[in-house]
Amino acid sequence: MAEISSKYPQYTHDYHLVGSDKTETTLLEEMRQPAWTVFNNIGLPTARRGNEKWKYTDVRPIANKTFVYAPNVSIDRGLELKSLENFTPNSDDWINLVFIDGVYQPRANKKILDSVEVSTLHEALENHEELVKKYLGREADYSEDGFTALNTAFIEDGAFVLASESSEENTVVNLVFLTSGQVSDCVTYPRVLLIAQPGSHLSVIENYVSLCESSSLTNSVTEIYVEENATIKHYRICLEKAHGFHVGVSRVCQEADSTFISASFALGAAIGRNDFHVLLDGEGANCELSGLYLTLNDQHQDNFISIDHAKPNGTSRLFYKGILDGSSKAVFGGNVIVRKNAQKTDAQQTDKNLLLSDSAEIDSKPSLLIYADDVVCGHGATAGHIDEDTLFYMRSRGLDAETASRILIHAFAAEILDKVDLLPLGEFLNNIYDEYIPSATLSFGSVQ
Amino acid sequence: MSTQKIISRNTSSDDLASDYKWGFTIDIEEDAAPKGLNEDIVRLISAKKEEPEWLLEWRLKAFRHWMRQNFEEPSWAHLSHPVIDFQDIHYYAAPKTKEDGPKSLDEVDPELIEAFNKLGIPLDEQKKMTGVAVDAVLDSVSVATTYQDMLEKSGIIFCSMSEAVKNHPELVRKYLGSVVPYTDNFYASLNSAVFSDGSFAYIPKGVRCPIELMTYFRINAEESGQFERTLIVAEEASYVSYLEGCTAPMRKSTQLHAAVVELIALDDAEIKYSTLQNWFPGDKEGVGGVYNFVTKRGKAAGRNSKISWTQVETGSAITWKYPSVVLQGDNSVGEFYSVALVNNYQQADTGTKMIHIGKNTKSTIVAKGISAGKAENTYRGLVKINASANGAKNFTQCDSLLIGDQCGAHTVPYIEVKNPTAQMEHEATTSKVSDDQLFYCQQRGIGVEDAHYMIINGFCRGIFQELPFEFAMEASQLLKVSLEGTVG
Repeated sequence: MAEISSKYPQYTHDYHLVGSDKTETTLLEEMRQPAWTVFNNIGLPTARRGNEKWKYTDVRPIANKTFVYAPNVSIDRGLELKSLENFTPNSDDWINLVFIDGVYQPRANKKILDSVEVSTLHEALENHEELVKKYLGREADYSEDGFTALNTAFIEDGAFVLASESSEENTVVNLVFLTSGQVSDCVTYPRVLLIAQPGSHLSVIENYVSLCESSSLTNSVTEIYVEENATIKHYRICLEKAHGFHVGVSRVCQEADSTFISASFALGAAIGRNDFHVLLDGEGANCELSGLYLTLNDQHQDNFISIDHAKPNGTSRLFYKGILDGSSKAVFGGNVIVRKNAQKTDAQQTDKNLLLSDSAEIDSKPSLLIYADDVVCGHGATAGHIDEDTLFYMRSRGLDAETASRILIHAFAAEILDKVDLLPLGEFLNNIYDEYIPSATLSFGSVQ
Repeated sequence: MSTQKIISRNTSSDDLASDYKWGFTIDIEEDAAPKGLNEDIVRLISAKKEEPEWLLEWRLKAFRHWMRQNFEEPSWAHLSHPVIDFQDIHYYAAPKTKEDGPKSLDEVDPELIEAFNKLGIPLDEQKKMTGVAVDAVLDSVSVATTYQDMLEKSGIIFCSMSEAVKNHPELVRKYLGSVVPYTDNFYASLNSAVFSDGSFAYIPKGVRCPIELMTYFRINAEESGQFERTLIVAEEASYVSYLEGCTAPMRKSTQLHAAVVELIALDDAEIKYSTLQNWFPGDKEGVGGVYNFVTKRGKAAGRNSKISWTQVETGSAITWKYPSVVLQGDNSVGEFYSVALVNNYQQADTGTKMIHIGKNTKSTIVAKGISAGKAENTYRGLVKINASANGAKNFTQCDSLLIGDQCGAHTVPYIEVKNPTAQMEHEATTSKVSDDQLFYCQQRGIGVEDAHYMIINGFCRGIFQELPFEFAMEASQLLKVSLEGTVG
């Protein structure tokens, strides 16, 4: 135990400062202690041998670096909230909740509705203590996960969203976690708890945006509970800078006849990890997860996605696409589990990758673990470059190679981008991808 | 060195389910080394086989490497079994033969010939089978090889590994461990240290092997491990089709089988390797059975070379096996066709690795998994396309069929692509036997059980077609026997 905490002295130092200025013992403090003990025992998953969960991602660059807990550093967080609009999607109709360097910014919340409650975890502990007690940490198991343990050990505040039955379909909650770059080498531990009560409807956007040019770590944990007949549309946007590390853990638990539709967009991190787990814990639940990852230069993006069918009659669709350029590397670890009694499950899993450079690498592991017989499950994976015939066709119509390849890459990305049905968000993402999507620089025709 | 006389045909099989018809034991005097493994045992095996110094050195290196792993066997597979006590196994068991060994088939112990006759493997050349040269391996030791004269005329060497070490040491030394080094994995290290025999085949330049070569493996002795090593070298523009069959008696205790197979195909050569694996799977309650941990790998080293693995896996309590192809030569081709059937408490974690290094290399993987009873079946396969493999292509298809709601079927593909000009496609499906198809059959007057066999046979047909004819018939029978009582 001593060995691990001496390995991470900064985390140890910061851990002991968290909450030390407060006198009352809250639920959050009760959660921190055991999580810290677990983190001390297991540390970060740096082992390479036999480490199937991190087989293709080496987290040693994260483990070997010292990150300062950003909320402990007193700086002026009075970043002009208006300028947020430059880096995050926004609309006057959305309910915003903004955290800058891990600290809640009360000025940003503009809109209040009765049907959807959006607050900090602190406020939620006052108004809905029972709910927070019941759900916070229930699905985010940290017993074997160093990053979740670390996040939980630093749980000080977070975002709380509660949608009630009277909520309307067009309600949008926009959560922003911004790393401002004012503190160099800093870490934040964003935490989200979303509860969609029976029959509720909601769209929610999670934005993780960094302006930090030095290295930074975002270690987030999101828990989403979709109760009976509720419908959640979820978007996860991760826009990190070149030296940013991002380890995002999302845990979703669905009850009977609920629907969860999610799209993840990842761009920019030096090492990015999207660890997404959905448990279909009620009959007839429906889940669609899609994602688009674009990696450039020497970036590394790891998508570790699993869908666990624990009850019968569930449907799931897992569809991820990747565009890889430079000497970047992307990982897709998909895992669909169908438990013994989850009969009549219909699960499909697809991963498609476009490799644009000679030195990019994709490691794809779309696995199926099936314990029930009356099921229809399938998966598919492809990797390749832009189809030469298509490119030839476009060039024969007078488009130059660069324009033609850009159009084709855009079309490849559009299949996921089109799943976004919030107009401001769609425009925001399209602009970003327009900026970052490279044009293929391959010399086609060299292969016989 | 103790001598064992094994009489367990009646004693051990009485209370075991008797539907494994290969489950008899043979009463043959066994020459077995004491249980356990240490350097002395490795030296003893080497001395028994009168091996040259370099081979002993190689074995010892492997043994020391294995010891450094601290009995920590790989744990990533989707398998669960009790910890194997590697010191509770006989590492050498050989049928006790006359002082100088048999000079011809006439001198072979008649009980042995009888044993192989029971298995339907006539060693007696007079009753010619269908023109298949057989190397019979009983408890790690090759007992007879047929048709050797005829093969010699074409310059083909087909003999037991021990004979090859004696008669063709330069070939063995050159190729042994060149595809599966002794450091490769836990079981390969163990095998390299203690392998006792196996088959060796060498096809000279430009020769198309006129008959099929076959090795028949059988574990007989109790509490012994079988560690055979097979090496096949196909010189430029040669062709060989090689078959492998395995059975074991029914034992309550488990038996360990850790084999290594190495194939080398040089320019324009082709090796076709077919396996019918029917080791004892344990009884209906999951007691006993063979633990099968096998490393099989082929190196398509030459330009335009081709290596093809076809396997039908119905036996073994545990199967851990990934026949692989290293596609090193430009334009080389690797193929893997597999049917893995598990029933009762069997567990299989099997698949392949296709490692593309050369330009325009192609690989095809078709894996069919069938799970019944309480069995667990996992396809685990790696397709790796290195940066050098311009224009590489892979097609993978894994289909799983579930019979009953107590079994599991899992697919775990690993796809690693480092070259943008590569094209790879992977598809997998999992389902049960279609109700519509069953209904159609039944409505035409075919019983439920027959309908199931028919549909399952159809499901596997693509793989069986890759097998040599007699083998395909046997495979189909084997499938039927293995599935008996699971449906209807």
